[in-house]
Amino acid sequence: MQDLQSLTEQAMELVEKADGLAALDQVRVDYLGKKGQLTALLKGLGKLSAEERPAAGAKINEAKQQVQEKINTRRTMLEQAAINAKLAEETIDVTLPGRGEEQGNAHPITRTLKRVEEFFAGIGFSVEEGPEVEQDYYNFEALNIPAHHPARAMHDTFYVDPTTVLRTHTSSVQIRTMEKQSPPLRIICPGRVYRCDSDVTHSPMFHQVEGLVIGENISFAHLKGTIDQFLRAFFEAEVPVRFRPSYFPFTEPSAEADIQCTACSGDGCRVCSGTGWLEILGCGMVHPNVFAACDIDSEKYSGFAFGIGIERLAMLRYGVNDLRLFFDNDLRFLKQF
Amino acid sequence: MKLSNSWLREWVNPELTTQELADQITMAGLEVDGVEKVAGDFSGVVVGEIVACEQHPDADKLRVCKVAGHPDGEMQVVCGAANARTGIKIPFAQVGAKLPGDFKIKKAKLRGVESFGMLCAQTELELGEDNDGIWELPEDAPTGTDLRDYLLLDDETLEVDLTPNRSDCLGVAGIAREVGVLNRCAVQGPEIALVPQQIDESLPVSLMAEAACPRYVGRVIRDVDIKAQTPLWMRERLRRSGLRSIDPVVDVTNYVLLELGQPMHAFDLEKLSGGIKVRMAVAEEALTLLDGQEVKLKEGTLVIADEEKPLAMAGIMGGLDSSVTQGTQHIFLESAFFSPLAIAGKARAYGLHTDSSHRFERGVDYHLQEKAVERATQLLLDIVGGQPGPVHVRELTETMPAERHITLRRARVELGLGIKLADDEIVDILTRLGLEKIDQDDEGWTFLAPSFRFDIAIEADLLEELARVYGYNRIPSESFTAELEIAPRPESLIAQDNLEQTLLGRGYYEAITFSFIDSDSAAQFDPEADPVALQNPISAELAVMRTTLLAGLCKALQYNLNRQQNRVRLFETGLRFVPGAELKQEQMIAGLAYGNRFVENWTGSKDSVDFYDVKADVEALLARTGVADEFRFIAGQHPALHPGQTAKIMRGDHEVGVIGALHPQLQKKLDLPKSAFVFELSLEAIGEGKAPAFRPLSKFPEVRRDLALLIDADVPAASLVEAAVEVAGETLMDLKIFDVYQGKGIDLNRKSVALGLTFQHSSRTLNDDEINAAVNAVVGKLEEKYNASLR
Repeated sequence: MQDLQSLTEQAMELVEKADGLAALDQVRVDYLGKKGQLTALLKGLGKLSAEERPAAGAKINEAKQQVQEKINTRRTMLEQAAINAKLAEETIDVTLPGRGEEQGNAHPITRTLKRVEEFFAGIGFSVEEGPEVEQDYYNFEALNIPAHHPARAMHDTFYVDPTTVLRTHTSSVQIRTMEKQSPPLRIICPGRVYRCDSDVTHSPMFHQVEGLVIGENISFAHLKGTIDQFLRAFFEAEVPVRFRPSYFPFTEPSAEADIQCTACSGDGCRVCSGTGWLEILGCGMVHPNVFAACDIDSEKYSGFAFGIGIERLAMLRYGVNDLRLFFDNDLRFLKQF
Repeated sequence: MKLSNSWLREWVNPELTTQELADQITMAGLEVDGVEKVAGDFSGVVVGEIVACEQHPDADKLRVCKVAGHPDGEMQVVCGAANARTGIKIPFAQVGAKLPGDFKIKKAKLRGVESFGMLCAQTELELGEDNDGIWELPEDAPTGTDLRDYLLLDDETLEVDLTPNRSDCLGVAGIAREVGVLNRCAVQGPEIALVPQQIDESLPVSLMAEAACPRYVGRVIRDVDIKAQTPLWMRERLRRSGLRSIDPVVDVTNYVLLELGQPMHAFDLEKLSGGIKVRMAVAEEALTLLDGQEVKLKEGTLVIADEEKPLAMAGIMGGLDSSVTQGTQHIFLESAFFSPLAIAGKARAYGLHTDSSHRFERGVDYHLQEKAVERATQLLLDIVGGQPGPVHVRELTETMPAERHITLRRARVELGLGIKLADDEIVDILTRLGLEKIDQDDEGWTFLAPSFRFDIAIEADLLEELARVYGYNRIPSESFTAELEIAPRPESLIAQDNLEQTLLGRGYYEAITFSFIDSDSAAQFDPEADPVALQNPISAELAVMRTTLLAGLCKALQYNLNRQQNRVRLFETGLRFVPGAELKQEQMIAGLAYGNRFVENWTGSKDSVDFYDVKADVEALLARTGVADEFRFIAGQHPALHPGQTAKIMRGDHEVGVIGALHPQLQKKLDLPKSAFVFELSLEAIGEGKAPAFRPLSKFPEVRRDLALLIDADVPAASLVEAAVEVAGETLMDLKIFDVYQGKGIDLNRKSVALGLTFQHSSRTLNDDEINAAVNAVVGKLEEKYNASLR
């Protein structure tokens, strides 16, 4: 059996030396294949006696088994190496930028409007819209602002003709909605509004969200609660809010809501003209004359309304320091939102 | 309304600092816009008296004065003012004084003459606008007294920004009343005694515009000394309220206006012919106003006239001819009530806005007139002397404002405000505000509104007063409850947000441009439209309402190109305003693409964007509807777009939008180096889609056949596809154009189009014969209809 020993060692050595899958297979064929050298030994068993045959056969098979295992191990290794080589070859610079179109951004005003809408939609408000070239009636008369009312001077109205204006607020949509729908109502009316005023802090076109809640037993405390909650949600902070008596012909009582200055936390600075407070929105309880204009029984129903200037909110929220940037549409600006 | 703290304090004096007081009334609805010192910061300035004044030996324009007022005796001061002379009293800044701007007065030598201090003008002390020489103080000013003490300069001006409903606070008295209510403290104005008549004369007054002027109070005062000086204290108060001193008569009427809130007017008695007539103007009557402006009166303007002519625009401005002048000897004082409706809007119609019109159009206390006349008479007699006639009152009871009785129900207080107030507190607050309780029952009370509060007429007004005085910030914040119901929401409606997100995902940024544009660009983009024009545009740039969003987007493009942003993708949503029998305000979505097709990248090409890139963006929008196949693009024309690169976007027979390249001429006008591609679609037209409906998937294989066809170059691809689909049969699942070629190897008038047809049957495998038949049908049809030939 000297042959078996040396043949096995020979085979093992060749397996070890095989540097590719083809070479390895050649070794297998040469030793373990049908005509392989180790296989040939099995053919020689016939010359042995019946007693010797099983033990000798077992030895040969054991040797074949050893070689086969060695081949398997070697194959796995070579395969792995081949994969590794391929992977190395396929390696790319993953730090290069991706290919394709960039992602655009919604305008910060739209972004702000949508945030506001979402807060109110979450508590069951629906969104209503209306025309921007508006009849005097909806913009003023029905809102308890008759012709020559001094409050009209606060509006700096653009006129298209003597009875048609560019709406000065989205409060006009309140009236249009109340004409169509019966209480209870919970609506917000976002949109563009226009005032004949243009300087560093005024744009002739800007955006407003008007809100309106009408139901039975709606009180000033509910108005305060709603505004408080909204401002806190919007600014994501426990921002102090105060309510000051004010005047809008279409609400009574009327209030102006201020938040503590976000720039100086109330100490007084340039942003808040030293007062520590920032005017943020006007609001109030719907005036009985407005209900009357819309055929709603003010004995049964009460309600509140509020009007939020979106540019103001966006400026405070995002730290934008110049109103005019919103309408320049400079990509360097738009890309920041 | 501007007033000085010290004047207010004379009426009412709660224990609050000026700032606390300002905060308090702000929180009560009288917003204090500013608190400012009435004089600059200075010290060491006393009342000085020039006791000697000589020419400077070496300077023509300088004088050497001996000035009394310093505790150590007379001081020598060199002064450059032309009015420096012996005997006058002036502000004397002594050595060591500090003037505004931290300017220290030191001993100095001027052209060789020593000077110990400085004589000051008003402006140097920030005490007024008079810069004409040194300030001459009244003769009785006590020499040596600190100027700050003498003029009570440690005072502030409060600027109260009043809302239009609070006309009652357009006078010191009104603000004092409010402060008294808030602090529960006494309010005490100056005593206004009746000034007895010394002569019998009075002017007849006829009230001919009954509704516009139901009340007119007049008084003749003879022999006034118009040359008298308005006392310094009065001039100072006027100044602190922002008014200039004119002459003693006008100053007094202005003073009463500021003090009580009653606008008054003084006429030169000699210039009036006959009695006073308060009447409506006859159209085209002429009147020269106090400011020199000649106006032609409009019908409906209330005037004060005499027998012959209009004298004044009632409640707005006096006339020049009848005004008090330096030659006036006798005056007629007017204190009237003009109804707000008679004055409202009138001043503005003449481009005027006066202290008087401001008050009358908001409402002046209709019980105040006699009191104001008495007060003015008293002040005038003190200053200019004279002999007053009787106070002559004309009143038309029927047209006087009706008394306002307001019922307040206890239950409405809690319902409306969300707070429970004790009965006592309710009545107390309202009474302090000047309302009078005139009745009471189980449900509540009836109050009489005071004549000075034009804004109190209904129950809700009383709720506001209660809330205001109680304090808005003491009212709790509560959540409201409501019955919630799921609202219907058709799935077929495409949310605008989805469309916007589609464009954002394709690299567009959202723009917001003005809805009004200049008429030139309006004409460039839509020459046939006659856009809605504003009557009072803010500028020619913003003068007409847009009929397309494209003009604004192109302007934004220019803006960006000027700032080296060379790849621009913008879109906007918003209304366009299409004139017609009825103005159509239509929601649009419009976009613009300019510059490189791809974002600059290490791998990408540098090709410019073209029609088909933008068309893909529009198709992506249309795909959102779920019914993209309802839309067609057909070659079209648009005045702002390239005639060969424009498509109308159709839905059925309706044109819903347009897409194309800007017309090269317009591109040149806008100074754009490259082509810009734009689109604009009606949001409504693409907002209506369809909810998806499932079709079963076939288990059987699909088969594809490709055809390369030569056709005439001018046959639109869409027509080819349409014809093919028509005859290919139901098993055609998909048809794609996968190549288009024109050029070398092909007849000049022909092009090669490659079609890929995919067939599949829902319930079995298609055999070759069936597919060949379908393909042959397609080829046959295209040969027949478009002269197509297989390549």
